[in-house]
Amino acid sequence: MTGEMEAGNKVRSMHPQKFAMWLFLVSVIMVFISLSSAYIVKKAIGDWIYIDFPSLFKFTTVVIILSSVTMHYSYISAKRNNIKNIRIGLVLTAILAVVFIVGQLQAWGQLVDGGYHFVGNPASSFIYIFTGLHVVHLVGAIIFLLIVLRKAFKYQVHSKSLVRIEMCATFWHFLGGLWLYLYLFLIFNN
Amino acid sequence: MSVTDIQLQEDLAHDDHHEDHHEQGFVSKYIFSTDHKTIAKQFLITGIFWALIGGGLSIIFRLQLGFPEMDLEWLRPMLGQWITTEGKLDAEFYLALVTMHGTIMVFFVLTAGLSGTFSNFLIPLQIGARDMASGFMNMLSYWFFFASSVVMFVSFFIETGPAGGGWTVYPPLSALPQAIQGSGLGMTLWLVSMALFIASSLLGGINYITTIINMRTHGMSFSRLPLTIWAFFITAILGLLSFPVLLSAALLLIFDRSFGTSFYLSEIYIAGEALPNVGGSPILYQHLFWFLGHPEVYIVILPALGITSEIIATNSRKPIFGYKAMIGSMLGIGFLSFIVWAHHMFVTGMNPFLGSVFTILTLVIAVPSAIKAFNYITTLWKGNIVFTPAMLFSIGLVSFFISGGLTGIFLGNSVLDINLHDTYFVVAHFHLVMGSASFFGLLAGVYHWFPKMFGRMMNDKLGKLHFWLSFVGIYLVFFPLHYIGIAGFPRRYYSFTSFETFNIYGDLNALVSIAAILTFAAQFIFLFNFFYSIYRGKLAPANPWKSNTLEWTTPRFPEHGNWIGAIPKVFRWPYDYSKPGAKDDFIPQTVPYSHTPESNLEHENELTKEEDLTGVEKAN
Repeated sequence: MTGEMEAGNKVRSMHPQKFAMWLFLVSVIMVFISLSSAYIVKKAIGDWIYIDFPSLFKFTTVVIILSSVTMHYSYISAKRNNIKNIRIGLVLTAILAVVFIVGQLQAWGQLVDGGYHFVGNPASSFIYIFTGLHVVHLVGAIIFLLIVLRKAFKYQVHSKSLVRIEMCATFWHFLGGLWLYLYLFLIFNN
Repeated sequence: MSVTDIQLQEDLAHDDHHEDHHEQGFVSKYIFSTDHKTIAKQFLITGIFWALIGGGLSIIFRLQLGFPEMDLEWLRPMLGQWITTEGKLDAEFYLALVTMHGTIMVFFVLTAGLSGTFSNFLIPLQIGARDMASGFMNMLSYWFFFASSVVMFVSFFIETGPAGGGWTVYPPLSALPQAIQGSGLGMTLWLVSMALFIASSLLGGINYITTIINMRTHGMSFSRLPLTIWAFFITAILGLLSFPVLLSAALLLIFDRSFGTSFYLSEIYIAGEALPNVGGSPILYQHLFWFLGHPEVYIVILPALGITSEIIATNSRKPIFGYKAMIGSMLGIGFLSFIVWAHHMFVTGMNPFLGSVFTILTLVIAVPSAIKAFNYITTLWKGNIVFTPAMLFSIGLVSFFISGGLTGIFLGNSVLDINLHDTYFVVAHFHLVMGSASFFGLLAGVYHWFPKMFGRMMNDKLGKLHFWLSFVGIYLVFFPLHYIGIAGFPRRYYSFTSFETFNIYGDLNALVSIAAILTFAAQFIFLFNFFYSIYRGKLAPANPWKSNTLEWTTPRFPEHGNWIGAIPKVFRWPYDYSKPGAKDDFIPQTVPYSHTPESNLEHENELTKEEDLTGVEKAN
């Protein structure tokens, strides 16, 4: 049973749960698209202030990209049936995610120090909404990750049982990409 | 590098292992069931419950509008302090009544009650699947809806009453608890309830789309799907794209209400005192809300149109006219529904040029809608029509869809809308085209699929009586409202008589109210018929309407898993009614072309060579 072996049973179309996962991502995208457009519309109406972004955002951006790398490492290990590395990759990913969340909360502290409060001009309120909603989704992803980790400790994640870790990785990379989008969106529309 | 091989069966494990059926307990069979048929019935019963409440509320405010002098003291046991000491309806409670009537009817009855019931019931049965892609998610979808219902229901019993800002809950009214009672705790509960409802809709919708794409039986290509399934499919996509936007809008509103942010609020004085909010825009909420709100009206009507397509074709004993045009027009309506939202906002001070853009886009919707209406009529044309109750309700739907749709062309024009906006003309328009039409679709569906749901028949005569009373009643209710609307009377106003101009409409309003009460009373005929027939109805034959679709190949009381033995294969589209040369006037989808050489067309004879007949029994 080496990693190159593929499962014999052919799946006619995409796995239903994976497909449902993508549909879920579509609905998450719609939430952020609507908030982005609300941001743009509100900005166009006027009465808008300029925000100094917290320097910590740069740090957390690096952290979340790193977590995607470790997630992918874990997935590759699962494909190659390297059980130990799956666990290492997942644990690292979870730690990085926690670091990211702590970083985001610290960044809120920086915002408050800069005088940009949640209550006040929508320009600053929106930043809290964007980052807060993103963190909420990330918490969901961490729970998912822990479920996969538990499966990994029960030897239930391997080259013939990839669906869960694939879905987890998809969600994870999506949230990384989402953060990059939000960060760039905020910078370009400040 | 060794791995224990314990999870090989992880994927698509829904096939052919249903023979070893074990008895389920009561709870897992009827309450926390993952069987799509049971979940559909749960949605239906909850929907009926809400329809009664929503309808009952409308009767209460129709009493106020039709008979403003009436002593409502007799309602005190039910409404308590909402009846004033003079025996009149409390004016703020009137606002709560119209708000809750709208919310309940649009979301709980015509979205959850309609899509929830028939998407759940028909998708697996008509595409040939054992169950939904995820039975657990499906169960969760119902229980989120149930939780949402409980929260909404609870809001009736709090001191400040339920939400009162209109079903669209526009800020700043809805954002400021100090504005009216209905913006207090009731509004908070409304938002919580809607958040749960959105979660329910998304869980359901994701499941519907996944099931339709991934779990069709052998031979069930998209071009052989019944139009019901097409309609549910497009509806689910609309919901998936639009409900998250409502969630965003609600989220920002929650923060404005409870945390003091200013997304929708700016420079407001209440009782001479300035609020601290600056920089927000109430128009922003309207953009977000109507980006959901407009697709939502198609989420409400499309399933009804799909159900109607199926019933009209079956009972006209004719193929549906323009199958592909029907699909195309539904796709067209679905696409257009996302780019017309601002026609609800013509009077918000929008740029007139933008107004004309949205006018043109809105009027374009008339094209696919007219295609659908014509196709229904041409399907009926020269058919051997069987007037079952379901058929009558479907024809009634077409009638409402046309007469309500025509006034949509008036309202879609920004110039006319400035005059008609927020009058009873709008009320008449959407109650016909969306409310009544969709409601008739729901009833048609219940009459048509009742034999499959409960294995028994509903009473035909009572069904017809129910139809005629409802049909005439609804026109009597909503047709006069056009006149009141053109005369300029605004909707949501507590009293007609306080304006000299509108006094002359007193009689008309009394007529509308009487008609509304009669129509509401007629629904109890249905209720009796429904619940009586569940237990005492005549046992249903296997295929009572001589229909082609797959659900009629299941046993009378299908178990969890739907088919005993293998899932049937599909060889043709579902509309082979009265095919020339065929011995019956219908050929079910499970009959291969190679068994019907007498009625095959040339290209169908070609197809016989490719048919995989393993496991198919020859008829006779």
